[in-house]
Amino acid sequence: MSEFLSQHAFFVAAAVKSAILLFIVLTTLAYLTWFERKLIAHIQSRWGPHRVGPNGLLQPLADGLKLLFKEDPTPAGVDRLVYFMAPALSLALGLTSLAVIPFGPEPMRIFGYETHLGIADLNIGLLVLFAITSLGVYGIALAGWSSNSKYPLLGGLRSSAQMISYELALTLSVVGVLLMAGSFNLREIIGAQEGRFLHGILPRWNIVSGPFPQILGFLCYFVAAVAETNRAPFDLAEAESELVAGFHTEYASFKFSMFFMGEYANMITVSCLASILFFGGWLSPFPATPIWTWTHYLPSAIFAGVGIYAILDGIRYETVFGRIILPGLGTALCGLAALFAFVPAVNSYIQGPFWFLSKVFVFLFIYIWTRATLPRLRYDQLMGIGWKVLLPASLANVVLTGFFVAKWSLR
Amino acid sequence: MIPPIIVFFVLAAIAVAGAVSLILQRHPIHSALSLIVVMVALAGLYLLLGAEFVAAVQIIVYAGAIMVLFVFVIMLLNAGVEEQTNVSKLAGIAGIPLGVALTGFLAAAVAKSTAVASAGAHPTGTEITRGISKMLFQEFVYPFELTSFLILVAILGALVLAQREKR
Repeated sequence: MSEFLSQHAFFVAAAVKSAILLFIVLTTLAYLTWFERKLIAHIQSRWGPHRVGPNGLLQPLADGLKLLFKEDPTPAGVDRLVYFMAPALSLALGLTSLAVIPFGPEPMRIFGYETHLGIADLNIGLLVLFAITSLGVYGIALAGWSSNSKYPLLGGLRSSAQMISYELALTLSVVGVLLMAGSFNLREIIGAQEGRFLHGILPRWNIVSGPFPQILGFLCYFVAAVAETNRAPFDLAEAESELVAGFHTEYASFKFSMFFMGEYANMITVSCLASILFFGGWLSPFPATPIWTWTHYLPSAIFAGVGIYAILDGIRYETVFGRIILPGLGTALCGLAALFAFVPAVNSYIQGPFWFLSKVFVFLFIYIWTRATLPRLRYDQLMGIGWKVLLPASLANVVLTGFFVAKWSLR
Repeated sequence: MIPPIIVFFVLAAIAVAGAVSLILQRHPIHSALSLIVVMVALAGLYLLLGAEFVAAVQIIVYAGAIMVLFVFVIMLLNAGVEEQTNVSKLAGIAGIPLGVALTGFLAAAVAKSTAVASAGAHPTGTEITRGISKMLFQEFVYPFELTSFLILVAILGALVLAQREKR
């Protein structure tokens, strides 16, 4: 058995890592829906979900069960193969793209086997990511077509036109980063952003530094990415005021939730990529000098703060269930905080993943914030922004970055 | 590790099955989907040869952009199931011998080539990309620019045709 393990360590490690990542991502997806509903509710002066479990924390579980046990009718006249394939394709591609994301700098040692955080470390990581996302349009377009219904067909048509248009801007907007890093490997792209400039005040992240700061590139990337993931204000494919529910009108039960999960997985991928390409990935925003070592205790402070808040809030909760669950959760968070603070090895290990995940969290927040704030665009406005604003802007970014990189490297 | 030869035959079988299904499917969307399968399998074959950049571009450009346009047009025209016509006589008379001849030539060429693909010393990652860009923008820059000019002319032609209908 151990011989088998050591011979096929690569495959075993990949399988185990995939299983762990899948578990984490699916849980995150579930709680992202809770987070989204809560955040939008608070932006709109409401409470959001608060009935199922304390503060609605068990709402994702209830939603999942509800979706699983719903009746799943298949409409008449659907193209059966494509109709069943489309949601699976959406979810599978959404989850696959997360496999190339590196989550932390240092390798992990388990039973003498060294492995990176992240499933695949590819030379062409960024290209693979774009290849997978470019296939993602089929899930939506085919769902719309195969449903044999008017509104889904319109939604599918809209989304395929939209995705073709915005993919150009999306791909061109990262060319500037590639020119500065000189690599497609996501680890190397992060590595190229290490260090500080301007007397150590600013980190050497692509958004502010380099021959040409990629602010324009980042704006193009994020707008195009929101459009690629079919999120508000670009969610024309499922505009409920015009198209009932767009491409997934005829889908119910678990097939609907597969589209839903695919969309959220894409949101996470886009946020990860934004933080890797423009915001230094797992690099800390603080300098590595001894004065700044206190920032190593920031993860502990945040965890402990949230934990203490959960305990204090929990002991005054209305229901007995909440009075048990919330303080329990708070104690667990405080325990984690203590672990991060008092075990030096753990403390130094979690720095990378902590900064990476907090940046990803910020982008997810912006995603939801945008959805709660901006009204949906009209279709001609959508196409106008894609072709007349984003495409020229990202092309200009490529030209300018190319010029500055060439000038800088000649010196 | 799985030997590359097995991976090759699996991918080749998927590509051939996709190509056959492309011809045999009666519905245009199913044919288009089969073509996507062929392209993804081809990308896998490129990966096996160590051409990572070409593999990724194959998926991004062909499967991700051109085939999306195909599917879009099929959906827009709402093309239905094609009618089966009798096989034309010309195809029977000329096609079968030509097909057999082509297979024969290919098999002969493959059997004759004894050069073993050089293993090891494959350029990796960015080196491949750099090589391709050097070829495109230095050695073959004129053919490359001419091709892009040709595409531009085609785009303008399409625009003119579309505009004329509007008036």
